[in-house]
Amino acid sequence: MSDTLVLSARWGKPDSASLGTYRADGGYGALDKALGMDPATIVEEVKKSNLRGRGGAGFATGLKWTFLPKDIRPRYLTVNADESEPGTFKDRYIIELDPHLLLEGIAITCYALDIHLAYIYIRGEFAKQARALEKAIAEANAAGVIGARLLGKKDFDLQIHVHRGAGAYICGEESALLESLEGKKGYPRLKPPFPAVVGLWGKPTIINNVETIANVPWIVQHGGDAFAALGIGKSGGTRLFGVSGHVNRPGIYEKPCHYNLKQLIMEDAGGILGGRALKAVIPGGSSSPVLAAHEIDISLEFDAVKAAGSMSGSGGVIVFDESACMVRALARLSKFYAEESCGQCTPCREGTTWMEGILEKLEHGHGTAADVAKLEQVANSIAGNTICALGDAAAMPVQSFLKKFRHEFLEHAELRRCKHGDHGWGLTQEPRDAVAGPVRYAR
Amino acid sequence: MTNPAGGVEGLPREQVDQFDRQLTEILKRYPPDRKASAMIPALRLGQTLFGHVSPAVQRLAADRLGASPSRAEEVATFYVMLETHEFGRHLVEVCTNVSCSLTGGDRLWAYLKAKLQLAKAGTTADGTYTLREAECLGSCGTSPAMLVDEEMYEQLTPQKVDQILGGLT
Repeated sequence: MSDTLVLSARWGKPDSASLGTYRADGGYGALDKALGMDPATIVEEVKKSNLRGRGGAGFATGLKWTFLPKDIRPRYLTVNADESEPGTFKDRYIIELDPHLLLEGIAITCYALDIHLAYIYIRGEFAKQARALEKAIAEANAAGVIGARLLGKKDFDLQIHVHRGAGAYICGEESALLESLEGKKGYPRLKPPFPAVVGLWGKPTIINNVETIANVPWIVQHGGDAFAALGIGKSGGTRLFGVSGHVNRPGIYEKPCHYNLKQLIMEDAGGILGGRALKAVIPGGSSSPVLAAHEIDISLEFDAVKAAGSMSGSGGVIVFDESACMVRALARLSKFYAEESCGQCTPCREGTTWMEGILEKLEHGHGTAADVAKLEQVANSIAGNTICALGDAAAMPVQSFLKKFRHEFLEHAELRRCKHGDHGWGLTQEPRDAVAGPVRYAR
Repeated sequence: MTNPAGGVEGLPREQVDQFDRQLTEILKRYPPDRKASAMIPALRLGQTLFGHVSPAVQRLAADRLGASPSRAEEVATFYVMLETHEFGRHLVEVCTNVSCSLTGGDRLWAYLKAKLQLAKAGTTADGTYTLREAECLGSCGTSPAMLVDEEMYEQLTPQKVDQILGGLT
């Protein structure tokens, strides 16, 4: 398995976020190369690379790009930096530590797709990261890298702007993001039409995640085949996996996209805290179905995790040791979905609140076995019955926790209390030193 | 709604002028015929200048962006970072979502409630702090985390929280 770093290679270098060091390391060389290529050839390379969306859905990026209608202009690019899925914390490091990598990816993508206006939609809570982007964009404009003429030599104008959200998980859903960018509340749109056909201000719009776009310079520089070869099958390249929870060394690890989940947790992230046994793993952000300890010896490749009954999603791996209470964990996740449901569809609006209520009741010893059955029934009634994926995202944790850890829920009902008492979140609850690739964050 | 003196519905004229100047900068990011796209940044600006996004601030933003007041209200009430009511001088938001709570977030939430003498989310009697739970802040590796006045603090312990709040003016 390759140890090539596509995304985090420059992290930890002095002043890695500045244009000066980025160019000294060969940055914007891929854009220079791209400007000498036929735009259609760039799209072909991205298709060949087997790059799949890193925001969670894993959709083939090159294929998405080909959905743009041929003869409608203007087209827009929107980069999704809303990073709000619990357990997901990768895009922020690209933005903090190497923002020009993202800007170069945006510039190449826009050139390839004949797009002249791009927005980076960043969640409102990312103040520091928004400032980092503003600074990088200002540097790139001042140096003539973007603006009126790409790299000061190509007759192609490109504006890149930051648009800050204001606290709403739903705005990471691409059509809700567009509504928000149009100055409205974040209600997802009915699809079709998909944003590539009818997007921002009714025009064709490509929406890609930060990490997805940050791969584009490498693909142009080294070729689509080389990128595909870093991965396996229909999934090319590396990914930024985030490990959090009960591990000794939480953080971001860049690995080939088919890296082994058990190895990631037990070796890279230093194994389970306090030498305790592993209980459960959420492998791809809070919406992905939970895996029991014996199910984690799998490839993290999108289709492999799907075959194991879950999703590789956003690459956010949450680890629970044996001392954690799964009822408490699910109750908190359900509170999240109830808070973040936009309220547009009845099954989600009502169902998420209902699930939260039942789970609180169970966790505090007021629930019965009939409530456990009711909980499952509510989850099943939400799944597949909503406009966007948030309904499924809220239902999947409930369905999978009940499938894998039903005995804990029934035990709460039987004992009429949580046997973990004040230790529902585990016997050791404290911060630890963390990493983002080679960068160390001491507690 | 805009009176000739530049003041709007009791909003101080000086701040309204400041709002208009800063909004002009913000609008450079959007096509001239898409001003309404600036609703979130405009309301955030209003919150910074006027303290919170009151109905008058909503109508000011709507007026300047050529949008309906109901559009401004829709946005002001949808997003958690837009405050439609007065709140404390400092806003403290603790993440209690799963990754943070596995590393102490839920205990920090209890610690802060006790420290600020609040039984639940709310504003202290002296109006200094508004405390509430936050949803995942994207700091799962460097957890637990909180936002204080929209700036992120990570890898927190009760001692660190004391220092951070003690350093506020």
